[in-house]
Amino acid sequence: MRDFWKRFARNKGAVIGLGILIAVVLLAALAPLLYPDSPWRMVQRPFLPPMEMDGFWFGTDTLGRDIGAGLAHGARISLLVGIVSTLVALSIGVTLGALAGYYGGLLDDALMRFTEFFQTIPNFALAIVLVAIFQPSITSIVMAIAIVSWPPVARLVRGEFLSLRSREFVQASVVIGQSNARIILTQVLPNTLSPVIVMASLMVATAILLESSLSFLGLGDPNHMSWGYMIGAARTVLRQAWWMSFFPGIAILLTVLALNLVGEGLNDALNPRLARKGR
Amino acid sequence: MGRLSYITRRLVKGLFVLLAIVILNFFLIRAAPGDPAQVMAGEAGASDEMFIEQLQERFGLNRPLHEQLFIYVKGIVTLDMGWSYRQDQSVASLIGQRLPATLLLTGTAFCISLMFGVLMGALAAARVGKWTDSLITTVALIFYATPLFWIALMAILLFSVYLGWLPGFGMVSVGAGYTGLAYIGDILAHLVLPALTLGLFYTAVYARMTRASMLEVMEMDYVKTAKAKGVAPGRITRVHVLRNALLPVITLAGIQAGQMIGGAVLTETVFAWPGIGRLMFDALLQRDYNLLLGIFFVSSAMVVLFNLITDLVYTFVDPRIEVS
Amino acid sequence: MSTQEALLRVEGLTVRLPAGADRQHAVEDISLELQRGEILCVVGESGSGKSITANTIMGLLPRPYVEPVAGRIMFEGRDLLQQPESALRALRGSRIGMIFQEPMTALNPVMRIGAQIAEVFDTHGALSRKARKAKVAELLDSVGLPEPETLGESYPFRLSGGQRQRVMIAMALALEPAILIADEPTTALDVTTQAQILALIKQIQAQRDMGVMFITHDFGVVAEIADRVAVMQLGKVVESGPARQVLDDPQHAYTRRLVGSVPAFEPPAARPRMEGEPILRVEGLRKTFVVARGLFTKGREVAAAQDVSFQIRRGETIGLVGESGSGKSTVGRCIVRLLDADGGAIRFREEVDLNALRGRALAPYRRHVQMVFQDPYASLNPRRKVGRIIAEGPMAHGASRDDAMARARELLALVHLDPSAAERYPHEFSGGQRQRIGIARALALDPELLVADEPVSALDVSVQAQVLDLLEEIKQRLKLAMLFITHDLRVAAQICDRVAVMQRGRIVEYGETRQVFAEPQHDYTRSLLAAVPGKEWQIPESARLAVQQQQEAIA
Repeated sequence: MRDFWKRFARNKGAVIGLGILIAVVLLAALAPLLYPDSPWRMVQRPFLPPMEMDGFWFGTDTLGRDIGAGLAHGARISLLVGIVSTLVALSIGVTLGALAGYYGGLLDDALMRFTEFFQTIPNFALAIVLVAIFQPSITSIVMAIAIVSWPPVARLVRGEFLSLRSREFVQASVVIGQSNARIILTQVLPNTLSPVIVMASLMVATAILLESSLSFLGLGDPNHMSWGYMIGAARTVLRQAWWMSFFPGIAILLTVLALNLVGEGLNDALNPRLARKGR
Repeated sequence: MGRLSYITRRLVKGLFVLLAIVILNFFLIRAAPGDPAQVMAGEAGASDEMFIEQLQERFGLNRPLHEQLFIYVKGIVTLDMGWSYRQDQSVASLIGQRLPATLLLTGTAFCISLMFGVLMGALAAARVGKWTDSLITTVALIFYATPLFWIALMAILLFSVYLGWLPGFGMVSVGAGYTGLAYIGDILAHLVLPALTLGLFYTAVYARMTRASMLEVMEMDYVKTAKAKGVAPGRITRVHVLRNALLPVITLAGIQAGQMIGGAVLTETVFAWPGIGRLMFDALLQRDYNLLLGIFFVSSAMVVLFNLITDLVYTFVDPRIEVS
Repeated sequence: MSTQEALLRVEGLTVRLPAGADRQHAVEDISLELQRGEILCVVGESGSGKSITANTIMGLLPRPYVEPVAGRIMFEGRDLLQQPESALRALRGSRIGMIFQEPMTALNPVMRIGAQIAEVFDTHGALSRKARKAKVAELLDSVGLPEPETLGESYPFRLSGGQRQRVMIAMALALEPAILIADEPTTALDVTTQAQILALIKQIQAQRDMGVMFITHDFGVVAEIADRVAVMQLGKVVESGPARQVLDDPQHAYTRRLVGSVPAFEPPAARPRMEGEPILRVEGLRKTFVVARGLFTKGREVAAAQDVSFQIRRGETIGLVGESGSGKSTVGRCIVRLLDADGGAIRFREEVDLNALRGRALAPYRRHVQMVFQDPYASLNPRRKVGRIIAEGPMAHGASRDDAMARARELLALVHLDPSAAERYPHEFSGGQRQRIGIARALALDPELLVADEPVSALDVSVQAQVLDLLEEIKQRLKLAMLFITHDLRVAAQICDRVAVMQRGRIVEYGETRQVFAEPQHDYTRSLLAAVPGKEWQIPESARLAVQQQQEAIA
C-alpha cells in the first residue's frame, strides 16, 4: 500500500488529477448544502453575467437559473452516470471476457464475434439510438453507455485470462483438482485486477463525456440538471452569453482530465514494470 | 492469392456484421414503447389512421415475427429504409443527399488527425522524457478530455464571433451565390472549423497510440539488431520502429474513421453542417425513428466499409497477414 | 597469455547499475583478452554480468541508466569507452558483429531478409547496389541456407528459429568483422540445430581468422567450441585460461562447483529393474491439435501424439525426451489431464482409464497423478502465500484448512525449506527455492505418479543439480513413479531408468537409458545423441568432489 502510494505520487500529473477529482466529488457531495434550491429554479434576472452579483459568481442562464447551482448539481449526475455505467459495463465485460478467455474454443470464438460486433457499431450513434428509443432517463442513459463501453473490457479481460490460463500456476490449480469456478475467482481474476482498475478509471472519464454529449443533444434525463444539458440549452445564445456554455464545459474538461490523470497514475502504481518503459 | 482469399473472408464477415445490425435495428423498433407502426410513423403519423394501416400492411406487422424480419431485411437489401413521414421523403434519399457533406467533413478531419497525431506521437516517442515529449503528452491529454461539442462552440466564439476570421455556420455562405473556384473556396472556409474541432480528439487518440506503440517497439530485439549493425538512430526510428509501430495505429485508424460519423453528429449540430449528423439531430428532435435507424444503419455500414479498407491496407504493410 | 597484441582487450571494466538494482555494479573491475583466430567463451550463470559485458563492448548499454564508470576497452588502438557514438556506430556491424539469443524476435518482421542484410552495406557505404544483391545471396549461401537467391525476398516469419539465427550470422559477417560477439546464440535452439549453428560458427571463425567472444551458461557448449574460457560470477571474472585447463582442472572453487554440477553424459550403471504391477499404462495415446481455426474456417491439424504407449512402475523414472514440438509435453499434459486426449487409454493402477473420465468422475483421481512445472516464476500464484499454495490441493480434496496448513509445513521441511516459508510470498524466493515449493505442492496430495515437465530447464546449472537430487531423493523415499519430460539428454541420462525418444508425436525408440545411450537403434536417436555439446568431455573428479563436499556442508 505504501509502495503503491509512493509510485502513484511520483507521477505529478496524477496527484494534480486526484486533487481535482476530490474537489469535484466534494462539490457533488455538498451540492445540496451549497445550493439547497433546485437548480431548475429561477433565482435572478436572466442573462446575468458572471462576477457581477455576490452569490452568483457564475451568472445566470436564459431563464435566470443560477449557473453555479447547475454546476454543483450537474457534478452529481456526471459522477453518478459515469460510475454506475462503468460498473455495469465492467460486470458485462469481465464476465464475458473471463468466460471467453478461460474456456477458449468455440465459446471464445462466439463471444469474441459478439464483442467485435458491438465494437464495430459506432458507439455514439448506438448510444443516441438507444436513449432515443427507450426515452431519456438516468436508467436508459446508464444502460446505453454501459452497452457501448463494455467491449474493450471484455477484450482486455479475455486477453489477460488467455495468458494467465496458460500460466503454470493456473494449470497447477487444475491438476490439484480445484473447480473451474474456484480457479477463475481465486487464481485468475485477482491477477487481472490491476489493468481492469486502470481501464475503469478511464472508462468513467469516457462515460462522463458520453453522458454530457447525450444531454447536449437533448437526450438527458429531463428531471436532472446536467452539464451537457446546460451547454445544449445555451448553444443558441452563444453570441450573447458565453459564460452559460463556457463554465459547464470547463467542468467537464477538468473532471475528465482528472480521471485520465488518475488513470495514468494508477497505471504507474499498479503496473510498475510497464510504466518504467516510458521514462 | 493469399491476399484475395483473406479479403474475401473479411468481406463475408463484414456482410454478416451488416446483417446483424439490420436485425438489431429490427428489434430496436419493436423494443420501443408503443406500436411499431406508430414508432415508424413518428409522432406526426400517430394521429393518422391511414398511415398506420399502410405501414402495418407494408411491413406485415400483423404477420408472425420471422416474416416481418424477412420483409424488413429484404427492404434493406434493396436499399429501402422506409419513409420519413416528418420530412416526407424516403430515408434513403435523405441520407443520400446529406452523405457527401459528412464524408467531406469526416474525411478531412480524419486526414488532419491521422497526420498530426502520428507526427506528434512519433516526435514525443523520439524525444521521450524530454520537454517536447511532456508538452505533446500534456496537449494530447487535454484534447482527449475536451468535449467535442464544447470545443466547437468555443471555436465559433473565438474565430467567428470575436475574431471574425472564419465562418462558423453552415457549409456555404447563404445568398452569396459563389460559383466555380470561389464556391469551392467558400466551402473550404466553412470546413476549417468543423474539421479541426472534430479532428482534435482523434489527433489526441492517434498521438497517444503512436507514442505508446513506438515506445513498445523500441524495446524489441530487432531494434537492438539494427543498432548492432551500426544503423544511425534516425534511420532506426524511421525504418525499424515507425513501420512496426504504425501497424496497431492503422487498425485503430480504421475503427476510428467509422466512429467519426458518431462524432460528426455533435460537430454538424453545432456548425449547422448539412450532413447526416445534423440529419440525425433533426430526427432526434422530431422523434423520427425510421430516419434515426436508417442513419444508424448507414453509419454502421460505413464502419464496416472502413474496416474492410483497413484490412486491405494491412495486407500491404504486414507481410504476415496472408498466413494467419 | 600470448605475447602478440590482443585483438580486443577489456581492462578493469566496471559498469554501474541504476539505483535500486540488486547490486551496485553489473561488472566490477573485469579484464578479458580476445586474440585473433580464437573463440573465447565467457561463461557464467544468470546475473553474472556476462551479457552486460558484451553489450558494453558493443556500446549497446541503455545509458545513462547502466553506465561504464571505470576501465578501458581497447580495440584496434582505440579505447571504445572514449569514442563518440558516431565512431562506435561506424565500428558496429563493420568491425564488430553481434548475434543474439532470440532469433525469433531479432529480425524486423516487416522487412525482407535480403533488405535487412543489405542494410549493413547501406549503413557503412559499402558495395554498389548491384553488387549488394549478389553479396547477400553469397552470404546466405555461406551460412548454409537453401535457395539463397530467392530467400532474400522472404520475410522472417517464413523461417525457422535455426534459419533465422543463420540469417543473423550472415548479417553479422557481412562486412567481415574482426570480432564476432555471440550472446547465448544457441540457447533458444533445439539441440540438433544448436550443433549445426555451433559447427557453423566454428567453421566461419576458422575460415576468416576472426576472434569470437561467445557468451554462454552451458559448459557443454564451452567444451565443444572454446579455445579459451573466462568464468564470471556476480560481476567478476573468477577464473580464466585455456579451455582444456579450465574444463579439466578448474582452480577456483566456484568454477569447480559449476563444472561439477554439469550432469555427466554417461548414464550410471543400470539400477535394478522394478517389478510388480505398473502404476500407469499408457496405450495408443493420440492427440491432434487444430490450429488457426475460426468459426467459419477449417484449421490445420498437427498430430502432437500418435499411438504413444509405455508404462511406469512404482519407484521408476521414465524419461520422455525429444526436441520442441516432438509432443513430449503434450503426452505429459494428457496424463495429468490438463488436456483431453483424442484416443487411447491412460490406465491407472489397472483399475481405471483416466482418459475416459470427465468432470466430477475425474476429480477424486486427480490427486494420484501430480505435476511439477517448468517455470518456477510462473508456476506459483504471485498473490498467495506459499503455505496456502501448498495447502490448496488437500483443501480441494476435503481436508480442513488447519490440517492442510500443518501438512504444508511438513512438506516444506521435506523439500529442505524452512517451514516458516509458509508465511511468505513467492517473490521472496529464488528460482531453485520456488521449484522446491512447486514440488511440495505436488507432494501435498500424496500422489503415486509425479509428472515432471522440464523441471530444471529454467534453472542455473548449480541449482539444477540440487533440484535433481531432491527429486531423486523424494522418489526413493516415497516410492513414487515419475515421468520425467526433458529436452536435455544429460539430465535424462542421470535421472531416468528408461527413456522414450519422441519425434513428431511418435515414440521412435524406447528402452533402458544405458542401452539407448550406448547403442541407439533409431537414426533420430543417433542424431540427437550426436548433437549433445561437449559429449567427449569427461567432467573432472575434483569438480565432482567439490560439489559433494558443498552438499554435505549444507546438510
